[in-house]
Amino acid sequence: MIEFHSVSKQYPDGTLAVREVSLQVPPRQTTVLVGSSGSGKTTLLRMVNRMVDPSAGRVTIDGDDVAGTDAVKLRRGIGYVMQNSGLLPHRTVAANIATVPLLRGWKRHDARERALELMDTVGLDRSLADRYPGQLSGGQQQRVGVARGLAVDPNILLMDEPFGAVDPLVRRELQEELLRLQRELGKTVLFVTHDIDEAFLLGDRVVILREGGEIVQIGTPAEILASPADGFVADFVGADRGRRALHVQEVDGRSLVVDADGRPAGVLAR
Amino acid sequence: MNLIADGFAWLTDPANWTGAGSIPERLVEHLLVSLLILLIAGLIALPVGFTIGHTGRGKGLAVAVTGGMRAIPTLGLLTLAALWLGIGLAAPILALVVLAIPPLLAGAYSGLESVDRRVLDAAKGVGMTGLQRFTGVELPLSAPIVIGGIRSAALQIIATATLAAYTSDFGLGRFLFRGLKTNDYAEAFGAAVLVIALALLVDGLFALAQRFSVPVGVRVARSGEPTRSAADRATGRTTTNV
Repeated sequence: MIEFHSVSKQYPDGTLAVREVSLQVPPRQTTVLVGSSGSGKTTLLRMVNRMVDPSAGRVTIDGDDVAGTDAVKLRRGIGYVMQNSGLLPHRTVAANIATVPLLRGWKRHDARERALELMDTVGLDRSLADRYPGQLSGGQQQRVGVARGLAVDPNILLMDEPFGAVDPLVRRELQEELLRLQRELGKTVLFVTHDIDEAFLLGDRVVILREGGEIVQIGTPAEILASPADGFVADFVGADRGRRALHVQEVDGRSLVVDADGRPAGVLAR
Repeated sequence: MNLIADGFAWLTDPANWTGAGSIPERLVEHLLVSLLILLIAGLIALPVGFTIGHTGRGKGLAVAVTGGMRAIPTLGLLTLAALWLGIGLAAPILALVVLAIPPLLAGAYSGLESVDRRVLDAAKGVGMTGLQRFTGVELPLSAPIVIGGIRSAALQIIATATLAAYTSDFGLGRFLFRGLKTNDYAEAFGAAVLVIALALLVDGLFALAQRFSVPVGVRVARSGEPTRSAADRATGRTTTNV
């Protein structure tokens, strides 16, 4: 379990990115940090693998303060997937996926085998193993990024807007793929996004952050939709806007679910 | 016209190609001293440039220092150094090292600076140490620019190393100075042609090295669409190329 104990982050120029955040990230679930830009969500995520050190407070993993660990060793034990994939452009797909196993001193052959296995896991054709990131589409690159994050079978997977830079159709596909993976692997996933729909789709628990790095509400998607903590959350999730204010309309003997503007959202199953 | 013809006559005169102080001997001397100067300047400038590029600190100072060094007239510095160090090779080596440092330094730090910050952040995030990021990411990705700096330094050294003959009996500059002093302009012209040819040859070699130092992955990414569609064919996907 990852725990944030009243952590704050103040940058040298005085901006307060995170203010006194306490949060528990339960194991083997997906917790999504969602908020607009400037809400400190990425800063919080990067505190877990010490890419950012808090100016106050502690972050613990299974009770151990991460500040007391060796940062390099810590990072090699945590999967990290970022926007724009962050792949090394001069290394092949297989070499990129095998980065962490190789850093940990695996034999070249074993690392490559592992990379090929992971390509199957994330739905990449093995024939792409010896291509370079620049030859792949954005969606394929993100899959490579996820495979790299999973390479040493870490318990924790940090995902920082991993699907933010791909087109909506591909994003949808990658989200479904992540849900499937998570059902199979059951990692402790900490996921950052600014897209509330993505948060509700992927998160077992959703943490809504406000500008200045404060938590406004924590809950399951259903809890948050049913009882938004305040006007900010209600507005953020769009509860009072047309798209989520659904009602049922009888059309040709079937019950259609339509939004406030009368646009059909689906059919009520009986 | 006559001068040019005389110059080439001097160049092709077999007498000038054998014995002590012949063209081949001067060529080798010139190349060796240039190499030595490049080596010394590289040992000073590259580590400093890499450190600045890797840490992102001290760039303002480096820009100021290299700018200042570039403004130093090499002949003036050589004269000063010769007054201090006396006749011999030491003075020209010192002057030329000073000449070579700015392009080497600039190539090293701007090369490392040119590496995509997101790639470096990712490399750090997956657990690469500072040294591993330098050797495994920064060096390969910045190689063309770093080599560009070496190339520019080498060109300046070879062209200016003629000045070594100002204080010593060394290199192709010997022919130039002797030709000028004895009004033998054919010899001076021939020597100038040799220096230009040598400089162009070395520059060409570095240009090749620069081209081949572009990592394959970066080269294929630049070539764009054809390879991308090839990648899609390989996946067997036709619509959304995920």
